[in-house]
Amino acid sequence: MMHPSHAPHAHAATSVSRVMWLVIAALVPATLFSIWLNGWPALLLWLVTVGSAVIAEFFCLRFAQRPAAPVLADGSAVLTGWLLALSLPAWAPWWIGALGSVFAVVVVKQAFGGLGQNLFNPAMMARAMLLIAFPVELTTWMQPAPLFSADALSLSQSFALTFLGQMPSSFDALSGATTLGHIKTELTREISVTQALAGHGQSMSASLFGLHGGSLGETAVLLLAAGGVALIVLRVITWHIPLAVLAGVALPALLLHAHDPARYLDATTHLLSGGLVLGAFFIATDPVTSPGTPRGQLVFGFGVGLLTWLIRTYGGYPEAIAFAVILMNALVPVIDRYVRPRIYGHEKQRRAKPAKGGA
Amino acid sequence: MQPDPSAQNASAFRPPLGVALLKRFMPRWGVHPESRKQPSSAQGIESLPLPAMLHIPLLQHSGAAAKPVVSVGQHVLKGELIGARQGNISAPVHAPTSGTIVAISDYPAPHPSGLAVLTISLQPDGEERWTECTTADDPFSLTPAEIAERVAAAGVVGLGGATFPSSVKMLLGQRSKVHTLLVNGSECEPYLSCDDRLMRERAAQIVEGIRIVLHAVGASRALCGIENNKPAAIEAMRQAATAFPQIEIHALPTLYPMGSDRQLIHVLTGQEVPSDGRSADVGVLVHNVGTLYAIQQAVRFGRPLISRVVTVAGGALGKARNLEALIGTPARLLVEHCGGLREPLVRLLMGGPMMGMQLPSLDAPVIKGCSGILALAANEIPQEQPSPCIRCGQCVTACPMSLMPFEMSAHIRIGELDAAQGLKDCISCGSCSYVCPAHIPLSHYFDYAKGELTARERGKLRQESIRQLTGARKERLEAEAREKAEAAARRKAERERAKAATAQGKSA
Repeated sequence: MMHPSHAPHAHAATSVSRVMWLVIAALVPATLFSIWLNGWPALLLWLVTVGSAVIAEFFCLRFAQRPAAPVLADGSAVLTGWLLALSLPAWAPWWIGALGSVFAVVVVKQAFGGLGQNLFNPAMMARAMLLIAFPVELTTWMQPAPLFSADALSLSQSFALTFLGQMPSSFDALSGATTLGHIKTELTREISVTQALAGHGQSMSASLFGLHGGSLGETAVLLLAAGGVALIVLRVITWHIPLAVLAGVALPALLLHAHDPARYLDATTHLLSGGLVLGAFFIATDPVTSPGTPRGQLVFGFGVGLLTWLIRTYGGYPEAIAFAVILMNALVPVIDRYVRPRIYGHEKQRRAKPAKGGA
Repeated sequence: MQPDPSAQNASAFRPPLGVALLKRFMPRWGVHPESRKQPSSAQGIESLPLPAMLHIPLLQHSGAAAKPVVSVGQHVLKGELIGARQGNISAPVHAPTSGTIVAISDYPAPHPSGLAVLTISLQPDGEERWTECTTADDPFSLTPAEIAERVAAAGVVGLGGATFPSSVKMLLGQRSKVHTLLVNGSECEPYLSCDDRLMRERAAQIVEGIRIVLHAVGASRALCGIENNKPAAIEAMRQAATAFPQIEIHALPTLYPMGSDRQLIHVLTGQEVPSDGRSADVGVLVHNVGTLYAIQQAVRFGRPLISRVVTVAGGALGKARNLEALIGTPARLLVEHCGGLREPLVRLLMGGPMMGMQLPSLDAPVIKGCSGILALAANEIPQEQPSPCIRCGQCVTACPMSLMPFEMSAHIRIGELDAAQGLKDCISCGSCSYVCPAHIPLSHYFDYAKGELTARERGKLRQESIRQLTGARKERLEAEAREKAEAAARRKAERERAKAATAQGKSA
């Protein structure tokens, strides 16, 4: 009358789809804000990117002859598309979002075996691919033109912009670089960081509240951080990775800014720009592509932060989080191999090793 | 983590403060399953009416099965020995009431397999006539060896679920200088409240049991750990132990699996049991409160273990209760006494939901290790299908042994059982499976792998002995052939000598 089943006969109220949809829910406020800030084109790009991710996942599952409905319902494809959309310039053409999503889902995720099997973060791989292949589209930032403001594009103008690439003539003057991009350019012109920052004219509050140009979803630092903290409180993610990422950027920035303020950007600007908060709370914390142990997560997070700072400071790209995440993703198997908890009742591994080698 | 024995003895009188206290408040493992101990915990212990038939399995403990010492048709008294222990690790079984033995035959075991085990069926005569019991007015005048023998004769086994013969544990403790007795009253499994009720209602007897064991193993103090979701039990135990400064009652955080002996030892003493060792190696002996009660009954009144308190609960049931049931009582009677099934029974368990076993049917009898009978309805059991691991690491955080379950299961899935690091350390508590968002049956994987490795080990031993036997046989055959050949050669030589002699005779 009853199928035999193994203990435990109880389960926590959790599931993969709950985890994914909670992460998505935590992204909603920042996304809504960004859509308001950047107008209709942002909404269109977001729709195209998320939609392409879901469609790509659907076709992959059909191709693999697996039932599509339960996998699509787990929300992982939606989340991949969503994160990619948030890391793209709001006024990028539709095919940037579509191509990125298809690449993320088909090449980075499903080709490796689907959910749980991919080595690299799909959204960040897609963003890195797009940045290298289409640098112009990926680095054209607009000054924000919030919905319902005088500058805002109408819906038809937005369609023309996103799908046909027709830029309304009045908008040429509004394009502007991100803080990090601006500093990078100015440094090559031998202009000090302090002067460059003053010249950029972006206030601290604008950074905090996200009232400036940048990727679709990376600017609303406060809303993103609030979503991230909510995820920690709900135990969807732990504090280890976000804190380590932020520390990995802030520590070297603090030290070197104190050493030479003209050459090195201060920690606060670092923390508030370039999608660092989005990366720390939502991207580096992707469970599939981060280590499984708390200490491993600290190592991984600090590595992401440090690499971000290094690439921002010395590398060719001002927005470094995608590259930092991908590089650390590649190290996850190594971290999981060496950074393990000491098993109860066992000596420390350090002490056990020489004996093994001697034998 | 392996302190030398002298250091242990030096720390024998150290109160569990400092590091141990900090660790007690901050264990970094474990899960918080919904307790569901209400409403059974609100119900006092009731005894069950005498059943029409009792089925007493001869194997209710870890170790060798008991050997029947009665015959069909024989009349036995309550508490009379009906199955004698065999071998070093074994426990006897006794008649739970007076009556007639009607069968000694195979009966479905209280195990998911429902495989047959040798079981004595007893028809009660309703008179409840006791056999003569050896009482002890002053248990503390008995020698440790006498106490251990009485406990062994009474068939007392660990009632927390492990069912290891208690006397064997005591002898082990006598040999290895145990300084501390840990009393396990944590009862961390959801639904169960039998230990809670026992502590509330029979604290004095438990405390005497603690003192008897302290006396028997020569330990100087007892630390009793009770989860802080049982304030009444903590209070009752504190009251009962006030006169005895060597017994400390500690409130523990409510956290599963606090009742696992290794975790309890760490939380209460700050010490870790070495991976390949026993708790006695760190000078500690752990006994469940129910076991201590049974020990007290055995030593003071000479009463064998013939009944136990069982929590009967679950959503399919009319009313949850704590029943003192005779060993061998079919689960059906307990369920009927609790108002029968109110909702369709989807899963029947013996023990708690985290580590309990599924019972094949309501005919399964109560055995010594049965802390609960749970009749679960559809909404109480997990229904979701497993999906791929997303490597979230929740299992790593939950694991009380600091293993990496997601990695171990990945190895086991592809048959690399040896690559699953820490498999031998896994205590099968089920915390990893409980938290897994992908609903992967992790602890099932580990139990499978452990069984598989044991089978392989056994197979290897068997092959080894076969090889030895074949070698020996070959040698024996060779030796025989050699002897035969030598004998033949000898006979031939003799024949030839004789022939030669005859020929000589003829010619002469």
